Amino acid sequence: MSAGQAVAGGAPRQAPDLSWFRRRQLRTIAGIVAVVVVFELCSLICNFSLGYALGSIPAAFAWMLQNFIPTVESLANLPMVIEQTVSTALDSVAATVIAAVCGIVFSVMGSTSIGVECAPVRGAIRAVASIFRNIPMIAWALLLLLSFKQNEFTGFLALFLTTFGQLMRFFLDTFDEIPAGPVEALRSCGASYWQVVFQAGLPLAVADLMSWMLYMVETNIRSATLIGLLTGTGIGFVFNLYYTSFRYDTAGLVIIVTIVFVLAIEAISNIARRSMI
Amino acid sequence: MTTASLTKGTAGTLERDARGRIRLTSARERNLSVQITLLVLCALTVVTFVRMGYGTVDLLAATRQALADFGAMMFQPALDPPFGAGHFTWQTVIESAVVTVAVTAICTVLSAIVSFFLALVAAQNLSSPVASNVVKGFVAIIRSIPTILWVLVFTVAIGLGSEAAVLGISFHSIAYLTKSYSESFEEIDEGVIEALRASGASFWQVVFQAVTPATITKLLSWTFIRLEINFTNAVAVGAFAGAGGIGFQLYQAGSRYYNLHEVGVIVYVCLIVAFVLEFVSVRLRKRYILND
Repeated sequence: MSAGQAVAGGAPRQAPDLSWFRRRQLRTIAGIVAVVVVFELCSLICNFSLGYALGSIPAAFAWMLQNFIPTVESLANLPMVIEQTVSTALDSVAATVIAAVCGIVFSVMGSTSIGVECAPVRGAIRAVASIFRNIPMIAWALLLLLSFKQNEFTGFLALFLTTFGQLMRFFLDTFDEIPAGPVEALRSCGASYWQVVFQAGLPLAVADLMSWMLYMVETNIRSATLIGLLTGTGIGFVFNLYYTSFRYDTAGLVIIVTIVFVLAIEAISNIARRSMI
Repeated sequence: MTTASLTKGTAGTLERDARGRIRLTSARERNLSVQITLLVLCALTVVTFVRMGYGTVDLLAATRQALADFGAMMFQPALDPPFGAGHFTWQTVIESAVVTVAVTAICTVLSAIVSFFLALVAAQNLSSPVASNVVKGFVAIIRSIPTILWVLVFTVAIGLGSEAAVLGISFHSIAYLTKSYSESFEEIDEGVIEALRASGASFWQVVFQAVTPATITKLLSWTFIRLEINFTNAVAVGAFAGAGGIGFQLYQAGSRYYNLHEVGVIVYVCLIVAFVLEFVSVRLRKRYILND
């Protein structure tokens, strides 16, 4: 579009002005050079060798295919692996639902469209959500491990706290984006604050809220793996246990079961999501 | 594809959603599926709480202690005595934060480049249906494996070090970006591609003269969103990849020295970096993705 403007801005009926193209070319080259410089600098900082990394991918995959094929003996562990995967999946559902219940309350109050009138309160809610979201998962897990010790509930709590922060971000965005018309119409008819929230805010946002919840369930299964590794529960713990004791066939079984579960959950939540829009 | 034409009056009665798109389902079906989904999720939550192991701790006392620990972490961060124990210096903390940011940047650059080409194959309007489905399926499988498992696999397969961390994070990142990029590619105006093809442009000319300029802003904002996620992942896997970084220091402070004041300092450093990344990505997203 700006090419057209640049050409039109030049002298008419003469040779077309090519400076826009030249500038674009320069900008592209400058961008590429900048990325390469940043990449090289970062490689130096963290001792990363691109050649070694790329060269070892084939070997890594060959190694995986050799060792990770589940053997007949490892199939005896299948019921246990499935049970742990189910419990990890259930934990991530529960963490999402509880986080969503808390998240909806706070994000309604903190949103710019239907939030509370007092701006500092809205700002405080946003700030707290941002802090919860950005405290590393490891820090939550280690903190809770000290008081709640090693059990499934600790993993659930750590997952809940990180999910809460992330869902708040998505929910706040959703409530900020709802159309102002219905809200304004209700307000001008003299609707109370809660009437506006329940008759305009929630019905307008419900499909997006559900969609984010389902997305969170999917991503939480992956986060739960990491948290499980730290808190000694669920599929992450099982994987680490067999992996560090060199029983790769069962570790491979864990990966395959995880793939199947995640793909199945994704498929189900896609169907649910499509029926809502 | 079937087409139907509507009079202006009929078109006006079509139900539209909040963004003005035409609804594909009836209000009753929609309400029903929202209710069913909520019901299933709540039922699963109840089941989870019933069968969950709560350990042997007194939950009330544990909660009180967790709150006290949280206070110690957030309100009394310190590296030096009396609160801290001098296990870390500011130099180590800052240096390891820089290493983590470097790992994040490398992962993002690598995965952006690889994903761009994979997304060209995965986009339905640019490649054949078979190739598109193969790449999409492959990417879905890669995405379903948690990042931490990729990292653990690579640490054994190619040895401890930043290479394992970078490859582990990049695999998941590539899968995510390929999906986002190819969706952006699929949204561009079919006419532009057709016009270029009709005038005899080669595939790469179509890509670099039509597809890239039309989507570059979206690609960039997706990449920045992923940069943010990659930082979180780089912190998280730091403890396991042996590549150093702030995640490793965090793990040391929390599970070896048990010093929450030192954990607090490291958490604040992570927070500052994450805020900067989030600020940049939210700005870009507001400017390019939402206001389309």
